[in-house]
Amino acid sequence: MNLKELVPQKLKEKFPDVSFYISDYKDELTIKFDKKNVVSVCKYLKEDDDLQFNYCTDVTAVDWAKRKERFTVVYNIFSMKNNFRLRLKSDVDESDCAIDSVSLVWGSANWHERETFDMYGIKFNNHPDLRRMYMPEEFEYHPLRKDFPLMGIPGSLPLPKK
Amino acid sequence: MDQLEKEVHPKILQALLDAKTDYTFDDVLENEMILNMGPQHPATHGVLRLLLRLDGEKIVACVPDLGYLHRGYEKLAENMTYYEYIPHTDRLDYISPMANNVAWVLAVEKLAGIEAPKRAQYIRMMIAELARIASHLVAIGSFAMDVGALTIFLWTLREREKILDIWDILCGARFTNSFTRIGGVANDAQPEALEKAKWFVDQFEPNLEECEKLVNANRIFIERVDGIGAVSKEDAINLGFSGPNLRACGVNFDLRVNSPYLCYNEVDFNIPTYSEGDCLARYFLRLDECRESAKIVKQVLEKMPQGEVLANQPKKVLPHKDEVYTKMEELIHDFMIVNFGINPPEGEIYHAIEGSKGELGFYLVSKGEGKPWKCKIRSPSFNNLQVLPKLVVGQMISDVVAIIGSIDPIMGEADK
Repeated sequence: MNLKELVPQKLKEKFPDVSFYISDYKDELTIKFDKKNVVSVCKYLKEDDDLQFNYCTDVTAVDWAKRKERFTVVYNIFSMKNNFRLRLKSDVDESDCAIDSVSLVWGSANWHERETFDMYGIKFNNHPDLRRMYMPEEFEYHPLRKDFPLMGIPGSLPLPKK
Repeated sequence: MDQLEKEVHPKILQALLDAKTDYTFDDVLENEMILNMGPQHPATHGVLRLLLRLDGEKIVACVPDLGYLHRGYEKLAENMTYYEYIPHTDRLDYISPMANNVAWVLAVEKLAGIEAPKRAQYIRMMIAELARIASHLVAIGSFAMDVGALTIFLWTLREREKILDIWDILCGARFTNSFTRIGGVANDAQPEALEKAKWFVDQFEPNLEECEKLVNANRIFIERVDGIGAVSKEDAINLGFSGPNLRACGVNFDLRVNSPYLCYNEVDFNIPTYSEGDCLARYFLRLDECRESAKIVKQVLEKMPQGEVLANQPKKVLPHKDEVYTKMEELIHDFMIVNFGINPPEGEIYHAIEGSKGELGFYLVSKGEGKPWKCKIRSPSFNNLQVLPKLVVGQMISDVVAIIGSIDPIMGEADK
């Protein structure tokens, strides 16, 4: 069976209470669902024998600026067994800017989540080591948010203490 | 320890002290030591900083600290058109800029629905493979140099110079090439460039063998790296190793075969794999990959078709420069594309190529404007570095240098 039909079908069978929004654009399957289920869905996708999405290539977020649910967290995962790429998405609101961490499912998500936290300020619950990835620790802003100016904020990066 | 907490950043230090340390050594010295390695260290290949917790000379825990070369390329991408971003991709993996150019234009072409002509695709394949050779030559040479074999570095760089000369003929630049264009390449490959590429691959094999001979039978070198920094297949996949490093762990995975792009399904080549997953396997794998890449370049040169190098989509693809000066229509298109961009339809794509260091991908979100709404660079070096703590824990302090050299991180790419 085609993976594009199999993945949504299996997910719907396994999680009947969760609503999945499935889209297929340019031959890439995207599945969007509520952020409450992110760990259980990811775990299932990784551990199911037919699917085996064992390789997490990328975790990032998109800032939609003026939308009601401001951020979307995006996971690009890959199944080496089936040679199939899948994208998972989950909306995160600015008022409750947190989502559960999948770094215990895929070890490689660890640094990607740290980077997303650094750049967008989205907190990852239960993350083993949620520090900033690139920016210094005293930095107060999240640079990839759309309200952060391209020129930077003068004085926001203090010189190192002597 | 009090002194340290003042000097080192508290949160990083905390992460180091909190690290899981299952490692115990019999011959412990009395105290653990914390050592700061880098960012200014010749063996870290740039500005990688490591915090090492040592028990005698053995490493108990390691915390890498990135960001010393963070230039905000993802933020910059959101503020410029797709064409303007091509030169910036040169600065990601600055050892093989051509491969980054190819990765970026392929991602944009997928987003905008453009297909480059056959000849352009073959030229791209040629430059991507030459870039892989150039990158691996630096990796091999600097890895050997890190563990004390200096001569091979000079010899591999001599070979690399020849590739840079080809690029000089091809696009007028040796280092930051920006040779590809959306829908094709900047200019057709000159006959001299193709001849030189053919000459290069013909003489490359014996020369590489010569380089190998310097160290392959060298007992000091082999014993220094054999069995050092080994990682299992499962851990390598779980922690996100990619490219040559992943294949050295016994995973037969290469995007050129598993999800072919360009015309890789028309050429014949092997995917070398090793099962040991240690520094020596990574070194041998890179040597093998150089040979396979040379094989691909040979076939590409034989099969390269004649024809146009830019796609015929005037609203999205920049016209040739001589046409801009002489024809009205082309002038208008050039003006519109340069000033307002190519406006791909609303949507999002992820496209990855097998870059020199591993899976180099771009995740692009378009809102139908000239600029990308979001651009995420999935850089292989960033992922490969994530495995570093796993590799160095339990090894000796002098092995850290060998391990960093063997996974070949490029900080321009890891820090974006």
